[in-house]
Amino acid sequence: MAIFRSHVLICGGTGCTSNKSQLVRKRFEEKIKEVELDKEVQVVGTGCFGLCEEGPIVIVYPEGSFYSKMTVEKVDEIVDEHLLKGRIVEKYLFKEKAKVEHAEEHKSLMEVQFYSKQKRVALRNCGLINPEDINEYIARDGYTALGKVLTEMTPEDVIQLMKEANLRGRGGAGFPAGVKWSFAAPNKADQKYIICNADEGDPGAFMDRSVLEGDPHAVLEAMAIAGYAIGATKGFIYVRAEYPIAVRRLHIAIGQARELGLLGKNIFDSGFDFDIETRLGAGAFVCGEETALMQSIQGNRGMAKIKPPFPANQGLWKKPTVINNVETLANVPQIILNGPEWFKSFGTAKSPGTKIFALGGKITNTGLVEVPMGITLREVIYDIGGGCPNGKAFKAVQTGGPSGGCLTAGHLDTPVDYENLAAVGSIMGSGGMIVMDEDNCMVDIARFFLDFIVDESCGKCTPCRVGTKRMLTILEKITEGKGTLEDLDELESLANSIKDSSLCALGQTAPNPVLATLRYFRDEYIAHVVDKKCPAKHCKALLTYEIDKDKCTGCTLCARKCPVSCISGTVKNPHEINKELCIKCGNCYSVCRFGAVQKN
Amino acid sequence: MKSLEELKRIREEAIKNVEMRNTGKDIRVVVGMATCGISAGARPVLATFVEEVAKRNLNNVQVVQTGCIGMCTYEPIVEIYAHDKKKVTYIHVDSEKAKRIVAEHLVNGSVVTEYTIGSKI
Repeated sequence: MAIFRSHVLICGGTGCTSNKSQLVRKRFEEKIKEVELDKEVQVVGTGCFGLCEEGPIVIVYPEGSFYSKMTVEKVDEIVDEHLLKGRIVEKYLFKEKAKVEHAEEHKSLMEVQFYSKQKRVALRNCGLINPEDINEYIARDGYTALGKVLTEMTPEDVIQLMKEANLRGRGGAGFPAGVKWSFAAPNKADQKYIICNADEGDPGAFMDRSVLEGDPHAVLEAMAIAGYAIGATKGFIYVRAEYPIAVRRLHIAIGQARELGLLGKNIFDSGFDFDIETRLGAGAFVCGEETALMQSIQGNRGMAKIKPPFPANQGLWKKPTVINNVETLANVPQIILNGPEWFKSFGTAKSPGTKIFALGGKITNTGLVEVPMGITLREVIYDIGGGCPNGKAFKAVQTGGPSGGCLTAGHLDTPVDYENLAAVGSIMGSGGMIVMDEDNCMVDIARFFLDFIVDESCGKCTPCRVGTKRMLTILEKITEGKGTLEDLDELESLANSIKDSSLCALGQTAPNPVLATLRYFRDEYIAHVVDKKCPAKHCKALLTYEIDKDKCTGCTLCARKCPVSCISGTVKNPHEINKELCIKCGNCYSVCRFGAVQKN
Repeated sequence: MKSLEELKRIREEAIKNVEMRNTGKDIRVVVGMATCGISAGARPVLATFVEEVAKRNLNNVQVVQTGCIGMCTYEPIVEIYAHDKKKVTYIHVDSEKAKRIVAEHLVNGSVVTEYTIGSKI
């Protein structure tokens, strides 16, 4: 094997790829060949590093230089200066947004504020290896866990180990994986299945995507281990079609694993057979729900079914089936290798281990973070996330996507784990964390999530099909300034009934954003309904734009930019907006250089 | 895959390549690779260090290049930084000397004094 003296790692995750990281990679390969360094420097495409805000990311080893916001134009200089002459190009390095005491020192990657509080277990290989090369996965102890399991442990041993580790389902429900496996194992059947749920429907969530794109073999190995534990010989990965890069990497990984005999017949000469196929979703959020997902694999319309029977007893084609989330599976090989005590040594007593969060919304460091359970929301949002940008005040953080709730500044010191988040009216969910600031309207946020749910409801049960639509109608009424106090009571009562009577988790959790915002931001609802005002100045119907005659200099810019020409006034004289004709587009507000346009 | 031994062999081969990406190494071998260094023959020296370190699986050693150190007449120059120890500067290094430095200094911890700058000036 050729030994290279330097590696250039370029992020090939979806985020950086959409920001042209592949063009950056191509230019590196070309330029390195031009200066005849191609035998000494290896260019490697990797998975997501996590600091998506600063992408495209390029890391050069052995120095560990972290170049951020890379463009094709910067490549030549880095090759000439850094690779050829050993002079790190400081101006292109990632600068810590927070205060840096020793500016001359190059912090190593793990010391950077964004990474220092993280503990990368499920993401351990993302950004470090080439996901399209099985050898690199093997170099990082890949498939050693499967080897150990097949040659040294019985299926019962494996299940016992997993139960001790208490790995809880990372898809949102938090059900212990070991217990789930122990339900499926004793059932006698001629065929059992392992399904990996890679549908990841929550808006703003991309944890599973990054694992699949950056370390697909971790998932394959874990599925084989699970198969051995319960007696399944076949696995399906149900991955949403909107993740083409992940799908491609999975196919490459499955092909390479089969080639090396790590999937297929008689793995490690143990007599155990296991093979995996992918099945693509087709855009339905409800197909992330396990019963609807299995319907989809079977070729039927994705609609939920009542439980019991549970999949562990009667699942895919009525056979015993274990369904686990991508992140849950990504933890399995590490737990087998390092043992349950290691896994329980970080996290909390009831929620050991780590959780990946996708930080989004009004936050400085948007990206992917993996933290030990028990870390506070404040640490994640401020220490790792860098707080809200542009000096805006933090207002709320939404966890759990459309199934979760909004938490306030008063909750920032809540330690993150399944029980703590549920206790304050939210849920852990799959890991999406959307931060909101003073410019977000909480009523509109509830309306946004409900709009999504109404679109995605499968329609089978009345509470969800009709109930969520009615809730949406009320919320739209409120944001248009036509709501009443009675509407708020009706909203709350509807929400509670839907929660109690829906067939599946989609409907049961749909009212959560509404209930949480009513609980913590009731004053905003009251302002909309009684004062007919939106405190965040977001809901168009409740806004008026007015020109302050004392500040207006009569420059006529707003009048010229108004799309409906409703601003009157002559040069050097104060202007006026005709409120009857104003469509509240906000153009005048954004172009005025004197702050004369008031948004009320 | 027929056995754990087979997997181990693949792992040992592949690890040499991926090992470079772990930071936090104790020992840094810095090879001068500016124009003066390269024209004096630093390229093969760098390659030898990288190969030898990989061959012996020295996971705590990082081999990096640097620019002009200043004493161009003494190139190829190799500086070795180890935790809590004084920096050692080797001058007029070539591939043969590099191999000896790896074996004696990096593996056994004893400086090859006759190659250092101190013994020449």
